[in-house]
Amino acid sequence: MNKFKPNSGKNEPVIVINRLFKSFANSKVLDGIDLELNKGENVAVLGRSGSGKSVLIRIIIGLLRQDKGTVRVLGKQLRQLKTKELNALRLHIGFSFQNSALYDSMNVFQNIAFPLTMNVKNLSKKEVKNKVEEVLESVGLGDKIYEMPSDLSGGQCKRIGIARTLILKPQIMLYDEPTSGLDPVTSAEINELILNLQQQYNTSSLIITHDLTCAKTTSNRIALLNEGRFLKVGNFDDVFKSDNKHIKSFFDYNFIQ
Amino acid sequence: MHKQNSNQFFLSKKVSVILVAVYEAFKFTISFFKEAFTKPFHMKEIIKHGYEIGLKSLGLITLTGFIVGVVFTKQSRPSLESFGATSWLPSLMGIATIRALGPLVTALICAGKVGSGIGAELGSMRVTEQIDAMEVSSINPFKYLVVPRVWGASISIFILSLYYSFVGLLGAYINIDTNEGINMISFLQSAFEDIGFLDIFTSLIKSAVYGLTIGLVGTYKGYNASKGTRGVGIAANQAVVTAIFFIFIEELFIVQIANLFR
Repeated sequence: MNKFKPNSGKNEPVIVINRLFKSFANSKVLDGIDLELNKGENVAVLGRSGSGKSVLIRIIIGLLRQDKGTVRVLGKQLRQLKTKELNALRLHIGFSFQNSALYDSMNVFQNIAFPLTMNVKNLSKKEVKNKVEEVLESVGLGDKIYEMPSDLSGGQCKRIGIARTLILKPQIMLYDEPTSGLDPVTSAEINELILNLQQQYNTSSLIITHDLTCAKTTSNRIALLNEGRFLKVGNFDDVFKSDNKHIKSFFDYNFIQ
Repeated sequence: MHKQNSNQFFLSKKVSVILVAVYEAFKFTISFFKEAFTKPFHMKEIIKHGYEIGLKSLGLITLTGFIVGVVFTKQSRPSLESFGATSWLPSLMGIATIRALGPLVTALICAGKVGSGIGAELGSMRVTEQIDAMEVSSINPFKYLVVPRVWGASISIFILSLYYSFVGLLGAYINIDTNEGINMISFLQSAFEDIGFLDIFTSLIKSAVYGLTIGLVGTYKGYNASKGTRGVGIAANQAVVTAIFFIFIEELFIVQIANLFR
């Protein structure tokens, strides 16, 4: 498919972020953060709106460039990659957008087949259809194959968006607010889906969210981002029991909600 | 003193914004020419957009071309009649339509219809992150979205300009035939009597340049849209206004250059 060969060592981290800085105009968004995502692990980045979560995930996928610091993904340092190399790396990373970002002029089948047919040559129509059906089944929407995105609910759009990223069999999944705007039942279904997909496709996931339930259910570790810095990184209980006043207020407010 | 300094700062900020915009537009145009002639060509997309742009504008071009042909002839008749020179009407209409009206009116109509459509469509894709979704899937959105639309617009508008000239002359013929009684062959002979190679060549160049301008401006404004749904409206609006501005500037330059060879 491409010349890029990712590292396959089992204990090796798949994402390493070192002293990452990012500002927009005079506003400092990321203020020297460090983070590692290990193979097979799910890490949730929690934080209030505007705390820099989405900026972080956009730097990891190469949609934004950091001001300072390094980001290594599957052993490759992002800033040193040329466009072709970055595109080769992106084939191993799935990105699920907050608003799904489905192509509204294409139906579900075309949406999912599009990245596949554009990146993998010489696939027969039958092979493409089989692969699309396979990922659609894995997100539980096999019956929606010829629907248009405008005819789907928010939760269904999220699932199709995830299916679209799975078609290229990524090693890393990046979820940007996977449960935002969804009712509690649908949110729980998406959380379950994230866990199932991790087992089925053996992915490592970075989940950007402000939803405590999502973070607790789907992640091995949590990193709490506040004003561009991680206040605490650890498992849910460690972070929850922290004495830090910002962390306490974040959890208190979420539980009151 | 303080006021003068702040004015200077404001001016320099405004100038720098304009210079950055010019640089970005120039970079976008260079990127188009780089990507337009390298593989993959996405021929299906070029044909799809060319067909859609051409077909959707056909009705409007037919109506406008025909009416302008009829009205222009009707309005010119009294002046020529006072000199007893109504026999010059076909020639006048031939020159007016082929040299100026065909490419210019087609371009103005398409700037409104096609340019705004492209600007709004790409703008909407930008603000709903569909363009980012392509990028993260290792698909070059510029090559897939911009290049086929610019090619499609350029080819379609070129063909529509020729079609406009045909329909405009048809409208003129019907009006002249009704009033003066002239057969089609005599009309065409008179209409093309004063049309030379330079006129036709200039007209074709204009059509190609205007089509390219509409495609490039529309895609540039849409591709760089921001500020949510409001940005989509702004992109569509600016695509029309900017394209029309450039079309008139280009008209002026092309006519001046053509006149050097007359």
